[in-house]
Amino acid sequence: MRIKTHPILEFETRKSIPFTFNGNTLYGLEGDTVASALHANGIKKLSESIHLKRSRGFFCAIGNCASCNMVVNGKPNTRTCITPLEENMIVESQSGKGVIL
Amino acid sequence: MIYADAVIIGAGPSGLTAAKELLTAGVNVTLIDRNMSLGGQLIKQTHKFFGSESEHASKRGIDIKQILLNDLVPYKESLIILSKTTVVGLYKDKVIACLRGDTYFKVKAKTIIIATGASEKSIPFENNDLPGVYAAGAVQTLMNEYGVKPGNEVLMVGSGNIGLIVTYQLMQAGIKVKAILEAAPKISGYLVHASKVRRLGVPIHTKTSIKRALGKDPVEGAILWDLDEDWQGIQGSEREIKVDTICISVGLAPLVELLEQIGAKVEYIRELGGNVPIINDAYETTIEGVFACGDAAGIEEASSAMVEGRIAGLGALRTLGIAQTEENTKVTDLHKKLGALRDGPHGAKVKAGYMKRRVMHD
Repeated sequence: MRIKTHPILEFETRKSIPFTFNGNTLYGLEGDTVASALHANGIKKLSESIHLKRSRGFFCAIGNCASCNMVVNGKPNTRTCITPLEENMIVESQSGKGVIL
Repeated sequence: MIYADAVIIGAGPSGLTAAKELLTAGVNVTLIDRNMSLGGQLIKQTHKFFGSESEHASKRGIDIKQILLNDLVPYKESLIILSKTTVVGLYKDKVIACLRGDTYFKVKAKTIIIATGASEKSIPFENNDLPGVYAAGAVQTLMNEYGVKPGNEVLMVGSGNIGLIVTYQLMQAGIKVKAILEAAPKISGYLVHASKVRRLGVPIHTKTSIKRALGKDPVEGAILWDLDEDWQGIQGSEREIKVDTICISVGLAPLVELLEQIGAKVEYIRELGGNVPIINDAYETTIEGVFACGDAAGIEEASSAMVEGRIAGLGALRTLGIAQTEENTKVTDLHKKLGALRDGPHGAKVKAGYMKRRVMHD
């Protein structure tokens, strides 16, 4: 799902970064957000709606809409579309409103 | 508490030009932005801009971003940049509550410029919440900032400039756009953009909308239907299209939450994208010393946002008591520039919105 060639932009070779998604190890690239790394791995479903549990992906990708909220390193309601991917991050699907304490 | 003279919230095209205007006059500026890098949405604009030469027409958005940032470099001694910082509260005494990571702190300003931009709208249809239904700008971010494809086959809903430009950019990334839908009887963006994608084989269906998205997780297709004179779907005109991504490009709404928090008067003006602050010719809100510019003040485009930022910056100078008489001439010239940018049929809507707002202000 990565863009290989582009007439205007150059995507230089970037370092591969391991992280886990629901316990499985995946790889993103340096400069990715959590959401872009998941999308590059073909994962579009990021969360579920609070009441009807309908599948949710991101919508705005710039931190406005909260449709991409996930549990990252144990912290719920993390806006994954604007959260930089870090090595060995633990990313989990979120169901419900998320519990902090 | 950090004490600051001028605080600008949002480092997009209007925030950056406002900063330059203040910095050149010798003011200390604090620029707050929630993103990792500055430039707002210019960061994903790979296309060349229209507009006027002085607002960098014919250059690509990504390059304009760099120009605007370079403009600030000579003044770095008087500029504090707080990136990755979200403003979470704004109070009448000009106290700004900020969150950076897990750190909470407050800034007290003498004058504030709110340049928070906009968020993308959606439209109601069955299954519009499925993964794979994305805002057009979101797809642009995914492709042009992170180099990731949103999918392989796309349906674009909306033929405004964003819809048309993102269609072209999807094709540049090697993605097929199967169709563009437009509910109105006419294409709403510039003909030059529409012609370009049509020449490349993308059909634009006017008086057509999406009835339902198909699939569960993710999208597998869509049901389209024709609209009648009253914009209602015509039974029996339904047909299916197979796509794995649906892009929604139906306009933007100003991000006015902070303006509402501080108590600035906000009214609904359809032509400007929804709820917008009531401002005067200096782009000052109903709270003295608090300004709004760019898409946060009303949806337009980046060229006018850059001009508005300068006007707001000059207004803030007056609040600080250091405006010179030459600044008045500058403001008049900038308003002329805005008028020129809004000339022609595509600017008529914005002009009508401004007229309404002027009446509300008075």
